Amino acid sequence: MHFLRNFSRNPMALTGGLLLLLVLLAALVAPVIFPADPLRIVGPALIEPFTDGHYPLGTDGMGRDMLAMIIHGAGTTLAIGVSAALTALVIGVTIGAIAGYYGGWIGNLFGRLIELFQTIPGIVFILALVSLFGAHMVLIVLIIGLVSWESIARLTRAEVMAWKKRDFILACRATGMTDIGIIFGEILPNALAPVIAVSTLSIAGAILAESGLSFLGLGDPNISTWGRLVGDGRNMITSAWYISAIPGVAIVVTVFALSLVSDGLGEILNPRLRR
Amino acid sequence: MNSSRILPSPYTDPLRFAGAARKRASRPLILLRRLGKRLLTHVLPLMLTIIVGTFFLIHAAPGSFVEIMSSEMQLSDQAMIDRLNITYGLDQPLYVQLWKYLEAVCHLDFGFSYRQNIPVTEAILTHLPATLILMLSGLAVALLTGVLSGIAAASNHNGWLDRLLSMAGVFFFAAPIFWVGIMLVVLFAVKLDWLPIGGINTIGADDGAFGNLLDLGTHLLMPAVALGLHQSAIYMRVTRNAMIEAAQADYVRTAFAKGLSATAVTLRHIFRNALLPVITVLGLQFAAVLSGSVVIEAVFNWPGLGSLLYDSVVARDYPVVLGIIIFSSLLVIVVNLVIDLVYAWLDPRIVLE
Repeated sequence: MHFLRNFSRNPMALTGGLLLLLVLLAALVAPVIFPADPLRIVGPALIEPFTDGHYPLGTDGMGRDMLAMIIHGAGTTLAIGVSAALTALVIGVTIGAIAGYYGGWIGNLFGRLIELFQTIPGIVFILALVSLFGAHMVLIVLIIGLVSWESIARLTRAEVMAWKKRDFILACRATGMTDIGIIFGEILPNALAPVIAVSTLSIAGAILAESGLSFLGLGDPNISTWGRLVGDGRNMITSAWYISAIPGVAIVVTVFALSLVSDGLGEILNPRLRR
Repeated sequence: MNSSRILPSPYTDPLRFAGAARKRASRPLILLRRLGKRLLTHVLPLMLTIIVGTFFLIHAAPGSFVEIMSSEMQLSDQAMIDRLNITYGLDQPLYVQLWKYLEAVCHLDFGFSYRQNIPVTEAILTHLPATLILMLSGLAVALLTGVLSGIAAASNHNGWLDRLLSMAGVFFFAAPIFWVGIMLVVLFAVKLDWLPIGGINTIGADDGAFGNLLDLGTHLLMPAVALGLHQSAIYMRVTRNAMIEAAQADYVRTAFAKGLSATAVTLRHIFRNALLPVITVLGLQFAAVLSGSVVIEAVFNWPGLGSLLYDSVVARDYPVVLGIIIFSSLLVIVVNLVIDLVYAWLDPRIVLE
């Protein structure tokens, strides 16, 4: 309750949260409003948006309903973003915690691992992995997770390093708690707030990465995401630019909302600012 | 209450002067030592891991390299395929292959591109200048707009301008760069017809050195802005926060106390110190700028490394793909090394460590 009150008092976070709720709602109602395949041809091609009541956002070059595609795209885009961010969260927290908790060569080695993934340009790595292992949806999620855990790991490492010096950790060690028990039971719950804020932002990052991949036409060919819709419309920008513009607006709104929520969470969950 | 006589003053203490002079003289040496140490402990292990990692990556992929190559080239002659296997050493044990691969990469030999029909290194080097031009212009846009708006936001801390700018920053962070690129094309190339739709120059045009430069500039403008706006959001945030933090430092109070104007304090004392985190972020973000450039090149048909990578991924031209991973990582590492040294040069506190 305390959290919700703080959240609703933060205007940026509230705006972001409401926008996000809207996108989530679109994803949930998609199968109800548009039960048929959104990629099927429904009417004449190139109906401009806001001119035909049946197709509020118009139709694309093949006569597919833009609104149906956007609404259906919300679910896939969010699902990809959230699962890729969860993958990144698991990898990042594990590696960051090990790098921060252990000194010596183990800490050093895992620190280097973080540096390694900071060095390889994300899209280059994603493109290489997709071309090597194929463009299946599950693989794409794992690949995006694999290239975006580095910021979470860096933050976790810094937090763990700061917390492990506290007296209560020493006390835990004295009572004979295992390292894993201390890391997961004592340190991480304390370090969670900023990690959650950054992970929310990494959902946004994952959505941007996936949309870039789909835009280039290298995403899963069986799934239509917003990025792919922008790419599909690209060849028609001279005659019907709205086909590329509309799905882009959907991406902007979602990523914008996630960034605001992430900022808000960072402020609300920060115990130093709360006191 | 005259305490200045008790404290050692730099004007009365000759040892302090000698110490300062000694420290200054040894500074290039300290930087050189730092360079050597970073080469040994960072650059070499990172590059080695990346090279070995890419080697195992391609071996973990389904289908051998020669199988893919022969299917892309539509080879079906088994004798020819066997010969290729021997040429690429695929009949040898894995550690021999790895050793040969390492040896070749150290000679900057990434193999042969079967799509472009030239050595991979040559393909990369011919595409590199276009990418560098795009990245540097994008960075210039990002730094200029980001740092200036960051200063403006900080000087209006929590005011309406601060809020407006940070909202704009979040917006440009949220807008996918390929989409911003396309929207720029729609507005400035399709609707207004002010700028060319893509490419790096007008094909067949030769208007002398100045004319060609102008031609390059008009082609560069939109991709650089699209790449730079996304990045500028990050620089704005860093500059703003660093400016606000630096403004609370003791030396700023001192500067005000000695009667300097607000502008002078902002520029000379706050801004200079706020630049250090900006330089750090420049290094951290370099890989992201390279990633952005890959996508932007696809939007604007910009003939750089990104276009080469895209073509190679589509054609499954793996030697080029691996070459670009290794090469671009090397670029990021070298830039970060340079930034690390510049940082050490700019921040005198590092010498004391």
